[in-house]
Amino acid sequence: MKTLVWVEHDNAAVKDATLAVVTAASQLGEVHLLVAGSGCKAVADQAAKIEGVGKVHLADDASLSHALAENVAPLIVGLMADHDAVLFPATSNGKNIAPRVAALLDVMQISDILSVEGADTFTRPIYAGNAIATVRTSDKKLVITVRGTAFAKAATSGGSGTVEAVSGAADAGVSKFVSAEIAKSERPELTSAKVIVSGGRALQNSENFHSLIEPLADKLGAAVGASRAAVDAGYVPNDYQVGQTGKIVAPEVYIAIGISGAIQHLAGMKDSKTIIAINKDEDAPIFQVADIGLVGDLFKVVPELTGKL
Amino acid sequence: MKVLVPVKRVLDYNVKPRVKADGTGVDLANVKMSMNPFDEIAIEEAVRLKEKGAATEVVVVTIGVAKAESDVLLTARAMGADRAILIATDDEVEPLGVAKLLKAVCDEEAPGLVILGKQAIDDDSNQTGQMLAALLGWPQGTFASKVEVSGDRVVVTREVDGGLETVDLKAPAIVTTDLRLNEPRYATLPNIMKAKSKPLAKKTPADYAVDIAPRLATLKVVEPAKRTAGVKVADVDELVGKLKALGVAK
Ligand SMILES: Cc1cc2nc3c(=O)[nH]c(=O)nc-3n(C[C@H](O)[C@H](O)[C@H](O)COP(=O)(O)OP(=O)(O)OC[C@H]3O[C@@H](n4cnc5c(N)ncnc54)[C@H](O)[C@@H]3O)c2cc1C
Ligand SMILES: Nc1ncnc2c1ncn2[C@@H]1O[C@H](COP(=O)(O)O)[C@@H](O)[C@H]1O
Repeated sequence: MKTLVWVEHDNAAVKDATLAVVTAASQLGEVHLLVAGSGCKAVADQAAKIEGVGKVHLADDASLSHALAENVAPLIVGLMADHDAVLFPATSNGKNIAPRVAALLDVMQISDILSVEGADTFTRPIYAGNAIATVRTSDKKLVITVRGTAFAKAATSGGSGTVEAVSGAADAGVSKFVSAEIAKSERPELTSAKVIVSGGRALQNSENFHSLIEPLADKLGAAVGASRAAVDAGYVPNDYQVGQTGKIVAPEVYIAIGISGAIQHLAGMKDSKTIIAINKDEDAPIFQVADIGLVGDLFKVVPELTGKL
Repeated sequence: MKVLVPVKRVLDYNVKPRVKADGTGVDLANVKMSMNPFDEIAIEEAVRLKEKGAATEVVVVTIGVAKAESDVLLTARAMGADRAILIATDDEVEPLGVAKLLKAVCDEEAPGLVILGKQAIDDDSNQTGQMLAALLGWPQGTFASKVEVSGDRVVVTREVDGGLETVDLKAPAIVTTDLRLNEPRYATLPNIMKAKSKPLAKKTPADYAVDIAPRLATLKVVEPAKRTAGVKVADVDELVGKLKALGVAK
């Protein structure tokens, strides 16, 4: 089978999320990549070095600079004449573009796969990960999004792909990128961090969140996450949210502080290797999944912990 | 402009899903069913657009069991939708099939805007809105946290991995809602009573002559590996010891 992987990048470098997708694709067959963007030749050269990669299709056009689905999807549909499957990371960009490609190909997308069971059979989570379905497709072409935490990352070196230009990119003329507010942080990214410290509603306000959660995260070299309640209340920006409808994470250590453990939150973090919970309610559901629990008032416990590290 | 809001009837988000012992799916017998939470947000947004004068009419549509008439479609009209369309079927229709039926509804209704939820919390597919946009050739503003309509421009602020992104779409357009777009109002009892007299059209998939045969076969559904509760530590010192043993603290 010939597969195509849509490469997530920022016109400068390949994003980590792509690497797990390459691994999933290699379980299906030959791996080709698509680097679509504007002024992104360097990304294609970098992508060609990813282990196991064959051809890298490079589509460089102003209309592709912001990964607008309206412009990217037709380009991928064109490439699918020569490929049997196309795979995307289950990131906000991947989830935005993939179904548009699937519908244009008249294919039912398989979302968020956890494993490849065969050329047409995959597992995927449903009901916030409370059930795992094994599905088999009868479609001739496959359109798949891949859960990053479920596959190992392909090595970023050792590959010897060849870069080939693709033409045919065009502006569909129905949508325009206006602006982006992307937070810059010195901290590790949530989806690739080894340690995550997450805060919940119990932090009460933004000041507490920053003065209690961040120093602890700094001590541990951790990324910072949050529950939906903490994001809704404005303690931290939306991209901190971990859960069914936020980010899916699986770090070595996940520390949940003042988070009750609603199923929608657990959906995003219960595959973490070790879960640590700090909560003043000893019956909080989070303790049912935590490997290590500390019952206590976070306003007392967290500063003490940070101080002792 | 007319706004169309597709809504799905799903297992209530407060209910813990139980996998059936025979591995064929999740048990939906005698459990509370509700409107998909993202779709409540979609209706709220549409109704607010109407209240602001940017929308002229709000039409809701669901594809699913006939019972939806007396629960989710009633709730939707009580929240402020003007009329409802029920496309009744007992079969599960996949997002691609749903998108095809919705395209047929759009061809008839000619809305200027379709607002869907970003994701149904049962199948967690996150596909239908984008698929509908593709089938119609319309632009899409997915995962919206803010929507502004002026003339034929729809400016959508989207929740993306790194933060927020704003796109400018030319109507007719598709929007899918994220959690922070708004807080949906409750359907009050008086409004539910009034909603009963708002129009409801009953259809079946056969009325639309589109192919909705499933493409995916579910071979089995199992519970995920269970995590078991671990140990409780007595104090911070013990926790520090554990963190050291895990190698994350020095
Ligand atoms: C459609 C939908 C999607 C959702 N998606 C997500 C999602 O992606 N991610 C997500 O997180 N949620 C999601 N939710 C929300 C979820 O259902 C919960 O409401 C949310 O996770 C609760 O956040 P919390 O645990 O911070 O707050 P709460 O449930 O209010 O818990 C606060 C906890 O802090 C403890 N506490 C209070 N004070 C202290 C103190 N001083 N010291 C120590 N502990 C203290 C309390 O005992 C309690 O356990 C979703 C909900 C819906 C309907
Ligand atoms: N059976 C259905 N009837 C009406 N709308 C639906 C149906 N299924 C999905 N939708 C819409 O599509 C959105 C995304 O669903 P999904 O792609 O299944 O995650 C939902 O939030 C609804 O707005």
